[in-house]
Amino acid sequence: MRDTMGIVTTDDEDVSLKELTRARSAAAVPFAGRYRIIDFILSNMVNSGIQNVGLLTQNNYHSLMDHLDSGKQWDLDRKKDGLFILPPYVSRESTGWFNGKVDALHSIMPYIRRSSQKYVVISGSCMVCNLTYDDALEFHKKNKADITVLYKEEKEASPAELSRHTLIQTDEDGRIWDMEVMPSSPKSSKISMRMYILEKNLLEYLVEESVARGQHDFIKEILIRKMDTLRIFGFPYTGYLVKIDSIQSYFRHSMELLDPENREELFHHCGIIYTKIKDEVPAKYGDRCKVSNSLVADGCIVEGEIENCVLFRGVRIAQDAVVRNSIIMQNTEIQGNAFIENAIMDKDVIIRRGKRLIGQETYPVVVGKKAII
Amino acid sequence: MRSKECIAMLLAGGQGSRLGVLTRNLAKPAVPFGGKYRIIDFTLSNCTNSGIDTVGVLTQYRPLKLNTYIGIGQPWDLDRMNGGVAILPPYAKQQVGEWYSGTANAIYQNIEFVNSYHPKYVLILSGDHIYKMDYSRMLEFHKEKKAGCTIAVIEVPWKEAGRFGILNTREDSRIYDFREKPKKPDSNKASMGIYIFDWELLKQYLIEDQELEGSDNDFGKNIIPNMLKRGEAMYAYPFKGYWKDVGTIQSLWEANMDLLEDPPRLDLYDKKWRIYGRNPAEPPHYVALGASVRRCIITEGSVIYGTVIHSVLFSGVSVGKDSVIRDSIVMPNARVGRNTVIEHAIVGEEVVIGDNCHIGYEETGENKLSYLKVDVSGLTVIGEGLEVPPGTRIGRNVMADADYLASLAQKAQKPDHFARREEIL
Repeated sequence: MRDTMGIVTTDDEDVSLKELTRARSAAAVPFAGRYRIIDFILSNMVNSGIQNVGLLTQNNYHSLMDHLDSGKQWDLDRKKDGLFILPPYVSRESTGWFNGKVDALHSIMPYIRRSSQKYVVISGSCMVCNLTYDDALEFHKKNKADITVLYKEEKEASPAELSRHTLIQTDEDGRIWDMEVMPSSPKSSKISMRMYILEKNLLEYLVEESVARGQHDFIKEILIRKMDTLRIFGFPYTGYLVKIDSIQSYFRHSMELLDPENREELFHHCGIIYTKIKDEVPAKYGDRCKVSNSLVADGCIVEGEIENCVLFRGVRIAQDAVVRNSIIMQNTEIQGNAFIENAIMDKDVIIRRGKRLIGQETYPVVVGKKAII
Repeated sequence: MRSKECIAMLLAGGQGSRLGVLTRNLAKPAVPFGGKYRIIDFTLSNCTNSGIDTVGVLTQYRPLKLNTYIGIGQPWDLDRMNGGVAILPPYAKQQVGEWYSGTANAIYQNIEFVNSYHPKYVLILSGDHIYKMDYSRMLEFHKEKKAGCTIAVIEVPWKEAGRFGILNTREDSRIYDFREKPKKPDSNKASMGIYIFDWELLKQYLIEDQELEGSDNDFGKNIIPNMLKRGEAMYAYPFKGYWKDVGTIQSLWEANMDLLEDPPRLDLYDKKWRIYGRNPAEPPHYVALGASVRRCIITEGSVIYGTVIHSVLFSGVSVGKDSVIRDSIVMPNARVGRNTVIEHAIVGEEVVIGDNCHIGYEETGENKLSYLKVDVSGLTVIGEGLEVPPGTRIGRNVMADADYLASLAQKAQKPDHFARREEIL
């Protein structure tokens, strides 16, 4: 896969994570106790042998840049190629505000042209999984495809869930013959993973052509419109997939990580998932703590009771505090006698003594960054 | 090359024979400590936190893991354009190559390395202590006193004073007497093995000492006494705080257990003085339903189904259902089966312990293998990478290696012993 470059779009505008994306782009949303969503996307690319990754940013990319730094933790601080963070800029042709994915890709055309690789993997940032692109690229070449779309068939998914995604239909050979963006009555259960493989030359041509015609939507105006003229194929991914498309799904998938099988799939399936190192102290437990079915990251001090929780780095749970079915992000502090159930706490939250906060399993309470309750 | 005011030379070549099986395959500074660190992390982090950006690490004994661990020094921010960390093994010269014959000789053989930075001062450190110390303050003290040599000292309990190099000072901290491991100590100010020298002065003494026949080429035994004899300006820099020599099984265990105290005697949470190390890329650790964790330290990548009490667990450790780990240290990637009890033990890296084992049970065991007669002070130590078969019982006061396990297996074949095992199970 040395001959492949990666492009990551970090703002999937139709992803609504409420408070969690208020202060950061979707790709920077913390996940699984010590990671951010971008970690999985970058690690997958790196584990596939991709060494040239461009990151398209738009909203609130500071926390993302802070997290990624030089790309060293993903082994992307390379002399040749490496990690390129590409924020928008104002020019004569552009206001600095992207008008859809195609527009964004157009704005980084100089970077794309300069890159020497033959193939491009484009990935969104709301799908979390552990894969390498080798099989998909092989499939792409074998089928002489123009574009390959990675998808996951989820037969058990509810229509409501399916209708939050782009759905595709494929024929026996895998060629896509129908594609719908967030249809209200889904006809297929094949969910597009927003990951595409195509030749760089083709990408350049398609982007230039679309922009010239004032078309800016990658899916609707390139993929769907060109389904008959281009060979667009669907590559079935069969591993574990986390779709972060709403607070509910974020919550549900976080809880799924308490199952060892899911963790195995997500962390040890194809390769290692890398993240920014914080040099936190190992987690420490007190004399009277009660811990059950929980994931706990380094830097935590647990003196109270936790059950079915995901604790990010540096979380403090004081004695006699009870936290159940909750996701507690970095450096949040839960003081004594507080009671928390079905909640998502963003970073640096303080829950004072004796406070109670109870959400529903289907509708967790979300507490924004730096809130004090 | 630009000159540096002060560079550090870190002596990391010692075998650490008192740690027995733990240092069979790796140098003492690379021994895991405190859940996610290795011993040398403390000294390297102290350097970087004190603003010292050039560190020569002198290696000799089993340096492979240590070299890989240090790498280019990036975890400690020691990957620098000018300076950074350099690993300095002994090397062959035109006439003859030779091993480092002593601490002073190790520096002597690297005079060229130090010279290349043109430092005014050299800080000599050893890689086998657990402590946090700001060397820049010690350097200020050294300059203030216009000293030729400054030795960091700590007050130790009187009864232990005989184990250290003991100093006597005047009121202004000037040293007038130094004795290595005195039988009847008349002071409890112990040398911490941390020295700052004026480089030109030290160089002169190193060269002289090298020419002396019969010298041990050792700082404590030769260089320091010689300097004192000649009346060099030598001062003691008093250090207050946590400092632990982890050269023995007992002290290594104690220092780990110290971290479990509340508040811990060594504060690792200070954001201004982080202890850095090479972090494994592992997900957060998991504590299962039915597991119990109390007064313990657990690191990322571990999976706990059993009970862990008053213990330190490193990354990638798994503890099976119904197993109990108490008062123990379990090093990286060790796997403990089900219904196994581990008490008062140190379990080495990558060890696999089967189901229904009892490690460190009350009855005192004895390891008859002469080369393993290391003082384990009532603990049980399981050497790196061993596979302990299901149902094994290992008593206290044992240092186990592959031969020891084989001898246990032989014994187990005798019928009477077999009957006893049945009874236990």
